[in-house]
Amino acid sequence: MRRILEAWAHIVDPRTLPIAVTILLFCALFGFGSVMYTGFFSWQVLLDLLVDNAFLLIVAIGMTFVIVSGGIDLSVGSVVALTTIVEAVLSEHMHWPVWAILPIVLLMGTVFGAVQGALIHFFRLQAFIVTLAGMFFARGLCFLITTQSITITDPTFQKISAFRLDIGVGSVTANVLIAFVTLLAAIYVAHFTRFGRNVYAIGGNARSALLMGLPVARTRVGVYALSGFCSALGGAVFTFYVLSGYGLQGQGMELDAIAATVIGGTLLTGGVGYVIGSLFGVGILGTIQTLITFDGTLSSWWTRIVIGALLCAFCLLQRLIERHAKSVGRPGGTGAVVTAGRERGHADGSAPPDTHVIGRAPEQA
Amino acid sequence: MKLSNWIARDGAERPLIWPCVTLLLLCGLNLWVNPHFLSLRMLDGHLFGAPIDVLNRAAPLVLVATGMTLVIATRGIDISVGAVVAIAGAAAATILATQPVASAGLIAQALLAALITGLLSGMWNGLLVSFVGMQPIIATLILMVAGRGVAQLLTAGQIIPIGAPGYLFVGGGYWLGVPCSVWIAAVAVLATAALVEGTALGLFIRAIGVNPVATRLVGLRSKALVFAVYGFSGLTAAMAGILISSNVRSADGNNAGLLLELDAILAVTLGGTSLLGGRFSLVGTVLGALIIQTLTYTTYSIGVPPEATLVVKAAVVLAVSLIQSPAARSLAMSFGMSVRRSLVKQHGAAR
Repeated sequence: MRRILEAWAHIVDPRTLPIAVTILLFCALFGFGSVMYTGFFSWQVLLDLLVDNAFLLIVAIGMTFVIVSGGIDLSVGSVVALTTIVEAVLSEHMHWPVWAILPIVLLMGTVFGAVQGALIHFFRLQAFIVTLAGMFFARGLCFLITTQSITITDPTFQKISAFRLDIGVGSVTANVLIAFVTLLAAIYVAHFTRFGRNVYAIGGNARSALLMGLPVARTRVGVYALSGFCSALGGAVFTFYVLSGYGLQGQGMELDAIAATVIGGTLLTGGVGYVIGSLFGVGILGTIQTLITFDGTLSSWWTRIVIGALLCAFCLLQRLIERHAKSVGRPGGTGAVVTAGRERGHADGSAPPDTHVIGRAPEQA
Repeated sequence: MKLSNWIARDGAERPLIWPCVTLLLLCGLNLWVNPHFLSLRMLDGHLFGAPIDVLNRAAPLVLVATGMTLVIATRGIDISVGAVVAIAGAAAATILATQPVASAGLIAQALLAALITGLLSGMWNGLLVSFVGMQPIIATLILMVAGRGVAQLLTAGQIIPIGAPGYLFVGGGYWLGVPCSVWIAAVAVLATAALVEGTALGLFIRAIGVNPVATRLVGLRSKALVFAVYGFSGLTAAMAGILISSNVRSADGNNAGLLLELDAILAVTLGGTSLLGGRFSLVGTVLGALIIQTLTYTTYSIGVPPEATLVVKAAVVLAVSLIQSPAARSLAMSFGMSVRRSLVKQHGAAR
């Protein structure tokens, strides 16, 4: 009984409840598709979710770090477009090899993000405005370079693009491998390094983090640099996916990335969230698209409506959690609650009633 | 008396000099490139000329930015306006498409439908922001994502052509020689200014922007006020949607009002309204919108690729927010001080 209660407390813990809901929703959506449409339930469909959304996953990972730190990055879609353009120009017009191009674009994205982070931190500007300017800037730069769509004919690019790794139940592209490595690295950075803990601390309360002596400046600039890096990597993966560079690429991708992150259980107020949640967020977005493709009678705009509705539902859920946390006298969904929750298992006397209070969260709110 | 007071306070608190200077510089640049820039001529009883063109094109932006000004003054933001523009245009076009020959009643119905859908969209945002308590950027992000889907749902994914002469008159017609859309924008801005500056409403909105908690404790119904402000923003976006759909003679769920929210925010910031809330200037917003439109006109007329406008806009946004940022100012100040101090030190050492 006690163990069940503890497990229950973990699930409805303010930090893990959104991600639990996300995973459940992903399974439900996929199950729904499997029941409704023949041929939906197969490993290849599941793997294709990753194949078609590898770039979005990488971008969403960067976005997760930014949102956990309490900021936002609207420039990601434009940086993706800029990356595709720069890669295409360097490859087609300058005839550079892939291995020279990749470091350049990754460095470009990182510097781009770091400059945004420096502006945000040192001039106390709103992240929203700075990254908005960054979005304009990167998009404008794309069009200044070229307004045409450039097709990449370089054999190495095509080889990487056509590469398929057979993993028994299906095959995946090089993009999926890149995305997966990024995901593992991001999980390691977020949960097992000092930088990751600093990001959570700043998101929870920047002032406290500063008073604790954490390197707020370095971390904040680092977070935006990381997001810029992820956008550039996402752009590189996107180039492998479509084998062309075009300035209108990735329009609205920032919205998709934010939606995936929020649906993945990251609190927009900062300080709470899991990188793995964004994987499921991207999975849900991809599943909705696949469902609509399989159905055939639904039109593509339903994707946007459903994503909007899901975004709304998850934001409402977050508000409920925050309100509940306030009503039991705890700071909304920050690490403090979780630490209490974790230790509760070991503390003897107070455990059951406390667990009970948290367990009531959804109904009460 | 009241008006002169207002202008004086406006001048003292947040000089409108910068937007004015920018606009004049842009006009000067245009005059230099094209000496006939400011010339107007009458043709078939209509005024023609670059200034009229700029005003006409800026009208939707002015409308959207007016609503946005009030939202930003309450320390909020509304990034769904572009989507609302698309929804309103789609709603009007769908109603107009029901009958082959549009009667006056049908046109009135279409206009009303567009305005109501806009108002409802704004109220939805207001509900989420003021009563649910979401961050404004996220609350309006939801409609920004879903709105274009809704607009395409209304138009069934098609670009619906609009042929009703009465409806086309709104965005493309002339009255007393001046385009109708200019009249509409002017009346809307003047009405808003009268409503906000003529009553205590402006004070209340500024108070919410300065300190929401204190405003609530003072006894103002700040939630209802914030709700109304978002509703108003939706309404102005719908008016812009009518103008745009009427001007291009079609409703496009995908591209109508694309990136308009960013232009509106830019116009508001250019006009000296603080993004931190608590200060706003409708005159400044109108100037900001005119600056953006003149800038676009200039890039076309001097032969810079139109895409470069985006880079210029980015630079302008950054410059304006840096000027507004106290941290940047104090940094610049301390830099100036340290330079002076080191100069003095060198001077002393030399002596």
